[in-house]
Amino acid sequence: MSEINVTHAGAASADPSSRYYVREHHPENGTLLGFWIYLMSDCLIFACLFATYAVLGRNYAGGPSGAEIFELPTVALNTAFLLFSSITYGFAMLAAQKKNVKGTLVWLAITGVLGACFLYLELDEFAHLIHEGYGPWRSGFLTAFFSLVGTHGLHVTFGIVWLVTLMFQVGKHGIHAANYRRLACLSMFWHFLDVIWIGVFTYVYLMGVLP
Amino acid sequence: MSDHHHAHGHGHDHGHGHGHHDHDELHAHGSFKDYTIGFILSVILTAIPFWLVMTHQLAPGTTKFVILGFAAVQVVVHMVYFLHMNSKSEGGWNMMALILTAILLFIVLTGSIWVMYHMNANMMPNMGNDGGSVHGMHDMQ
Repeated sequence: MSEINVTHAGAASADPSSRYYVREHHPENGTLLGFWIYLMSDCLIFACLFATYAVLGRNYAGGPSGAEIFELPTVALNTAFLLFSSITYGFAMLAAQKKNVKGTLVWLAITGVLGACFLYLELDEFAHLIHEGYGPWRSGFLTAFFSLVGTHGLHVTFGIVWLVTLMFQVGKHGIHAANYRRLACLSMFWHFLDVIWIGVFTYVYLMGVLP
Repeated sequence: MSDHHHAHGHGHDHGHGHGHHDHDELHAHGSFKDYTIGFILSVILTAIPFWLVMTHQLAPGTTKFVILGFAAVQVVVHMVYFLHMNSKSEGGWNMMALILTAILLFIVLTGSIWVMYHMNANMMPNMGNDGGSVHGMHDMQ
C-alpha cells in the first residue's frame, strides 16, 4: 500500500474535507529493494557454506577425492543449462515488458524446463554418489560438498515451484503491475542462483579436480 | 494495490532509451542488447576455465588463480547485465546492500579460511596439516 486514506474517528460523516490524504514516501519499488536485501542474506548463507567447503574440502577421510568423483563434462552441461535458462528468463522479462502474455509464458516454460534439466543431472549425480557409498556421511569433503551443492539445488527447486506458480498467475490474470513485480523478483532470484553457480563450478568442481 | 497511481519521477531509464511512457508502471529491466552481451560474455568466461582445466593447459597452481579470476569477472558481468546492478537502482540502496554484503562475505570467507588453516597447522602437529596423514590412509586402501 502506498496511499492511505485517514478518517477522523469523530468525523466519520460524509464531509470529505474532514478526510486527509497521506502518501507515504518510500522508495520506488520497495519490494524489489526488500527482495534484494533477502538475496544478500541468502548470499551470506552460501558464503558460510563456501567457507565450510574451503575448510573441509580436502579432508577425504580415506574416501574419494574430487578428482575421482567429479565428471566435468556433466558439470559443463549443467552449467550450460543454467546459463541458457538465465537468458531465456531475460527474454521472458522482455516479453513481459511488452505485456506479451503468450511470449512471457513460452519463455518462462523454456526456463523451467532448463532448470528441471539442471536439477535432473544434479540429482542423478547425487544418486550415483550415494549408490557408490559416497554419501555426505563418508567424509568431511563430501559433507561440505552435499551441503553446498544441495542448498543451491534446493534453491533451484523452489525457483521452479515459484516459476510454475507465476505461469498460472500470468496465464489467469495477465501482466499487471503486481504480476510484473513478482516476475522481476523471480528474475533477481534466478540470476542470483546463476551467480552462486559460478562460484560452485569454479571453486568446487574445477578446483576440486586440480591436484 | 495502488502502485500505478504513482507519478514516476525516477531516474530508472537504464540509459538505453527505454522510456515506456505509455505503460509506465512496468519498469524496464534490461534490454535485449543487455541480455545478449551478458550471455555472450558469460559463455566465453565459462568456456575458458573449463577448457583450461579439462585440457591441462597450465600448471595447476597457475590454473587455480586464473579460473578464480575468470569467476570474479563473470560474477561482475552477471551483476551488471542480468541483475542490472548500478549505483542508481533503488536510489543507491541496492549498491549499499551489495557493498555491505561484500564486506561481510570477505570477513566470513577470509576469516574462516585463515583461522581454520592456522588451527590445522598449530593444533595438530603430529597429524600434519591439510590432511597429509589422511592422504596416507587413502593410499593404503
